[in-house]
Amino acid sequence: MSEKPKFAMYWAGSCGGCEIAVLNIGEKILDVDANFDIAFWPVAMDAKYKDVEAMEDGSILLTLWNGSIRTDENEHMANLLRRKSKILVSFGSCATEGCVPGLSNLSSTQEIFETAFHTISTDNPDNIYPQIMTKVPEGELTLPTFNPVLKTLAQVVDVDYYMPGCPPESHQIAAVIDLVIQVIHGKAQLPPKGSVIGAGGSTVCEECSRKRNVKMVKEFKRIQDVAPLDPDLCLLEQGIPCNGPATRSGCDSRCPRVGAQCIGCYGPAEGVIDYGARLITAFASVIDATDPEEIEKILDGIPDPVGQFYRFNLADSLFRASAGAFKKNGH
Amino acid sequence: MQKVTIDPITRLEGHGKIDIFLDDKGDVANSYFQIPELRGFERFCVGRPVEEMPLLTNRICGVCPEAHHMAAAKAADAVYNVDPPRAAKLLRELLYMAFYATDHTTHFYALAGPDFIVGPDAPVAERNILGVIHKVGLEIGGKVIQMRKYGHHVVEMIGGRKVHPATAIPGGITKILSEAERKEIEEMGRWAIDFALFSLQAFNDIVLGNKAYADLILGDVYYHQTYYMGLVDANNKVNFYDGKVRVVDPEGKEFCKYEPKDYMKHIAEHVEPWTYLKFPYLKNVGWKGFVDGKDSGVYVASPLSRLNASDGMATPRAQEQYEKLYATVGGKPVHHRLVTHWARLVELLYAAEHWVELATDPEITSPNVHTKPTGVPTEGVGIVEAPRGTLTHHYWTDERGIITKVNLIVGTTNNYAPIQMSTNKAATSLIKGGQVSEGLLNMVEMAFRVYDPCFGCATHSLPGQMPLEATIHNKDGEIIDVVKQFVD
Repeated sequence: MSEKPKFAMYWAGSCGGCEIAVLNIGEKILDVDANFDIAFWPVAMDAKYKDVEAMEDGSILLTLWNGSIRTDENEHMANLLRRKSKILVSFGSCATEGCVPGLSNLSSTQEIFETAFHTISTDNPDNIYPQIMTKVPEGELTLPTFNPVLKTLAQVVDVDYYMPGCPPESHQIAAVIDLVIQVIHGKAQLPPKGSVIGAGGSTVCEECSRKRNVKMVKEFKRIQDVAPLDPDLCLLEQGIPCNGPATRSGCDSRCPRVGAQCIGCYGPAEGVIDYGARLITAFASVIDATDPEEIEKILDGIPDPVGQFYRFNLADSLFRASAGAFKKNGH
Repeated sequence: MQKVTIDPITRLEGHGKIDIFLDDKGDVANSYFQIPELRGFERFCVGRPVEEMPLLTNRICGVCPEAHHMAAAKAADAVYNVDPPRAAKLLRELLYMAFYATDHTTHFYALAGPDFIVGPDAPVAERNILGVIHKVGLEIGGKVIQMRKYGHHVVEMIGGRKVHPATAIPGGITKILSEAERKEIEEMGRWAIDFALFSLQAFNDIVLGNKAYADLILGDVYYHQTYYMGLVDANNKVNFYDGKVRVVDPEGKEFCKYEPKDYMKHIAEHVEPWTYLKFPYLKNVGWKGFVDGKDSGVYVASPLSRLNASDGMATPRAQEQYEKLYATVGGKPVHHRLVTHWARLVELLYAAEHWVELATDPEITSPNVHTKPTGVPTEGVGIVEAPRGTLTHHYWTDERGIITKVNLIVGTTNNYAPIQMSTNKAATSLIKGGQVSEGLLNMVEMAFRVYDPCFGCATHSLPGQMPLEATIHNKDGEIIDVVKQFVD
């Protein structure tokens, strides 16, 4: 009997939501079990890192990697799994574009530590911070190094495919798994290296059932100031800064369907080089003004431009990080 | 500071590690449970609009995003001093009950179940969810999958998405429930009640009916006398979504009961340099280190602590089970940590019963789901009871509602000191004369698994489940053994 190809899934700096999304494919998980030898998957089974190290290079067919690269330990693991895997998928927003924690690239390590270890409820008169090495009475304890900036997986190792979403929707995960199983059985071919998989090629707007009348926006509003919203009309046209026009399709426009604006978790739409730049252009195009000053004034109605335009993908944007992130890192 | 070269294996397995130090005789001198990561939410949420906090803080934890979503929405309500319409609160709470039922199910069957259903001594390869299904039958495995599906389905119906819901906003919620959706949710809720009752019966038959398990539960290894915390309603009944935080002392007497906004008068956090996670404690008792007793500010926030800190459950069948639990174990509070698993099932039943209560409330389909905030935003605290403990979000904003400061004390963090104490006690009990038995890790795992630790939440950094590594040092601090295993 021929051996089944090996499957792995790993998390680095992440929230665990990608793992839950995979578990949410329900009975499909049995297809994974039937077609793959699950070589390494911390959430689902008992295997050890040393087992991975002992594997031959390239012996894992498919690795789904979720999570950003925040510590030297994450980086080490990324290199290891890259070596062991034939196909490495950057799975979910953290791995692919840094996700919300990528906004930490606007701050230095020192600022992050000083904030976390001096909150109002923290009793820390001696300014104690986590150390990579601490002498305790019995010996020494070590911690991984917190890198100055958060990186995406592709900024650290070569990536074969990208799967967006925070987290990827379960039906998309199921479709990708189906495809790989077909490839294994010689019934389909893999897409070109570097492709985005498990998502659409257009924008969230294209999937959204809300009506668009190309009504121009006179001002941007905060959602709590206008709710209840018109249930059928485009949110952007109601003045809500909805990220649909710049965001890749594939989620079925789930948030706009329940009256919440798209926050951009599926990342840049096909062909978009910089997400924020595209979104600014899209917003500018629906503004009911021609005078640049007036356009700017209306855009000023967006209270947090960095967060609005780079909420999920600052770490993968043309900016990547602010200069402040590289300020002296004392810890 | 000099750069420390860390053994590669240690570096790779750092997602929660325990260093154990032995003395001259080979007995445990001390052990340390370390959390090796941080993401910095308290920093990078500054500058963001307060209405985005329910969306941003979701990403603290993909296992319990619903808890952060709700705590954030409540904190945002408080920032604007706005009271959402009743229908909005009902919808938020209904989503939350469905989430609780799903989450408690996952923990009991997939994480804790292997210890009790398959057995603590079973081979590692069988101690997983598949082993559980093998033992109890495919039909029951199907029920577990069904329960998780129903719960996530309700979360998606009300919150928009199965993971990271999107609809709670300051002053209410964006989703209006249709009658057809309500009916479907009610039916799923009735199924969930049956599932919860079935689970309690299974616990009764498999665990309580087995003397070896009963001895394990009531033995000394998993026993700690501490304070207990939980959210209660006006009648001191357990509540997950709203109420006051009540703390009882190790004798079960009410120590304090506070409004969310007053948490600062009662809670403080201790810092150690060897971990990225802080140790909360009761301010008015004080930090005395990792010790039990009335003079130590260490408290627990877990299913068992919620039962200990309350006078009962607000739904009839859960109340019956609550009474049965205390009658069986004997006395209140219960200090035997493994009873937490039983308490979790009592809570599962409450969540299911309350799910149906909410789904049959005539106001649940009201279109009046939002109150427009009119006040000037300033500062607010939101507290919910996350499955893994009391969750506190505290925000300060400028007059435009832009975040200027954030403080988060999250579920598992509450339990960090108790977890450190429990694992240390298990290690100390097991390792004698330098003999490290194979059973060590499972005993240690069981010690912290009762807390259902979710360090994704706790450090605002890590995944919900974590691999574990135990490093054994001799008296000179040299590493003599490294035992590794993934917990889940």
